[in-house]
Amino acid sequence: MNLKEITQALQLSVKTGEDLLDRDVTGGYASDMLSDVLAHARKGNIWITLQTHANIVAVASTRELAGIIIVNGRTPEAETLRKADLEKIPIMSSSLSTYSIVARLSELGIKGDERV
Amino acid sequence: MNNNETSPVPTIGRAQELIYELKVEQAMTRAVVAVSPENTMDDLRNIMREKQISGTPVLEGDTLVGIVSIEDLIKSLAQGQPPAKVREKMCTNVVTLFPDEPIVFALNQFRRYRYGRFPVVDRKSKKLVGMLTKGDIVRCLLKRLETNNIQAELCQYRPGHLFEDVIADRSALTLRYQVEGGNFEHAGNGSSRLKNSLLRLGIHPEATRRITIASYEAEMNVVVFTQGGELIATIEPDRVTVNAVDEGPGIPDVDLAMQPGYSTAPDWVRELGFGAGMGLPNIKNNTDELKINSIVGEGTNLQFTVNTIRADG
Ligand SMILES: Nc1ncnc2c1ncn2[C@@H]1O[C@H](COP(=O)(O)OP(=O)(O)OP(=O)(O)O)[C@@H](O)[C@H]1O
Ligand SMILES: [Mg+2]
Repeated sequence: MNLKEITQALQLSVKTGEDLLDRDVTGGYASDMLSDVLAHARKGNIWITLQTHANIVAVASTRELAGIIIVNGRTPEAETLRKADLEKIPIMSSSLSTYSIVARLSELGIKGDERV
Repeated sequence: MNNNETSPVPTIGRAQELIYELKVEQAMTRAVVAVSPENTMDDLRNIMREKQISGTPVLEGDTLVGIVSIEDLIKSLAQGQPPAKVREKMCTNVVTLFPDEPIVFALNQFRRYRYGRFPVVDRKSKKLVGMLTKGDIVRCLLKRLETNNIQAELCQYRPGHLFEDVIADRSALTLRYQVEGGNFEHAGNGSSRLKNSLLRLGIHPEATRRITIASYEAEMNVVVFTQGGELIATIEPDRVTVNAVDEGPGIPDVDLAMQPGYSTAPDWVRELGFGAGMGLPNIKNNTDELKINSIVGEGTNLQFTVNTIRADG
C-alpha cells in the first residue's frame, strides 16, 4: 500500500511531499520520543506522532521513513515544512488521535514490526 | 581492481565542474605552520606532533627555501646522528603551485609527484601564501556542494578516486561541525551535513546510516545538556570515527547514563520528544566502538567508530 491510498482512506491533509505519495509503506511505528523512533522504526515505515518541530524531519530522513502523520489536529511548524521539502519527507496531518490512526491503518493491513 | 568495469559515457557532475572552476587559493590553508632552516630536527618533531601535521615548508624570512616532511624526520632519526638542522635534511627543489591555478591542475601535480602537500607562492613576489593538501581539496569541494544544496552525485564524478588518493597517503580527512547548545532549531544540522558528505565520499549507505544515527544522538545530547561543542569526523579507508566534544557539565556516572531509560532531561525537553533515555544505547547499538570520557565540571568527549565497507568495494 502506498501513501496516496493511505491519505485517501484516512482523509489526511497533505502538508509536504504531494509528489512523493507513490512511496510504498512497509509498516508503521507510533511514538513521540525521537530516539525511540530512531531505535525501532524501520525503513519505509509510516510514523505517527504528535511532535511538530523540525527534528522529526531529521529523524524520518535518517531512518528513511516513508512519511509522517501528525495527529490531534496539530500544525507542523514552518521550519518543519521547509526541512521536509528539502529532505523530501511527506508530512500528513489528521484531527484523529494516535490510537484512532493506528486502528485505521491496522484495518488497512499496515502492520507494526513484531521484532521490536 | 575490477576488470569487468564497464564505463558508460561519463556525465559531468557539479563536482567535476568545480575542479575546473575553483582555484588553488580557494582551497588552500592560509594559516601555514612553517619552520626555519636553523631549527633542529628535534624542534621539527615537536612542531609536527603539536600541530598534528606531517610536513611543513621551510622559510627564511618570508622566502620559501625548502620543504621538510615526516619522512625526512624518520630518516634523520634512523641515522641516529647528533641533532641535525632542518637546513641539512630539507628538500630544496620544491614544486610549488600558484594561487590562480585551477584545482584540476593541482590534482594532476599530486598524481604526478606523489607529494602530500604543495606550497602555494605568489606569482610575482614568490612569497609563500598558503599550503594545499588533497584533504584541503576534498573539504573545499564538499563545502561547495553543500552550499549549493546539491543531492549526492558521487557516482558520476567518483570522488572515490580523489578519496582513494587522500587515504592512500594516510592523510585522514577531518570534517568539523559546530554544535550550538540549547538551540533546537539548528539541532541535528551537523549530523545531517555529515551524512551528505559521507554519501558524496562514497561511504556505503548502510554504514552512513549507522554513523548518522549515532552522530545525531551525540549531537542532540550536546544541544540538550551542554553549552555547545563540536562534532569532529575523521574518515579513514576502513572506518569513520566521530568525536562529539563539549565543555558542558560532564556525566557523573557514565555506566548509569548508558542504561536504557535513564535520563535527566527536564520536562520541557521531554515534551519535545527528547529524554527517553535511549540516545546513548542507540549510539552503542549502531557503532563498532564507543568510548565516553567525561569529567564533571569540564566536559565530555564521546567517541565512536563505525567500520565502513566501501560502496564500490
Ligand atoms: N554530553 C553530555 N553532557 C552531559 N550529560 C550528558 C551528555 N550526554 C548524555 N548525558 C547524560 O546522560 C543521560 C542519558 O543520555 P541519553 O542520550 O541516553 O538519553 P537522553 O538524552 O536523556 O534521552 P534521549 O536521548 O532518548 O532523547 C542524559 O539524560 C544526561 O543526563
Ligand atoms: Mg540523548
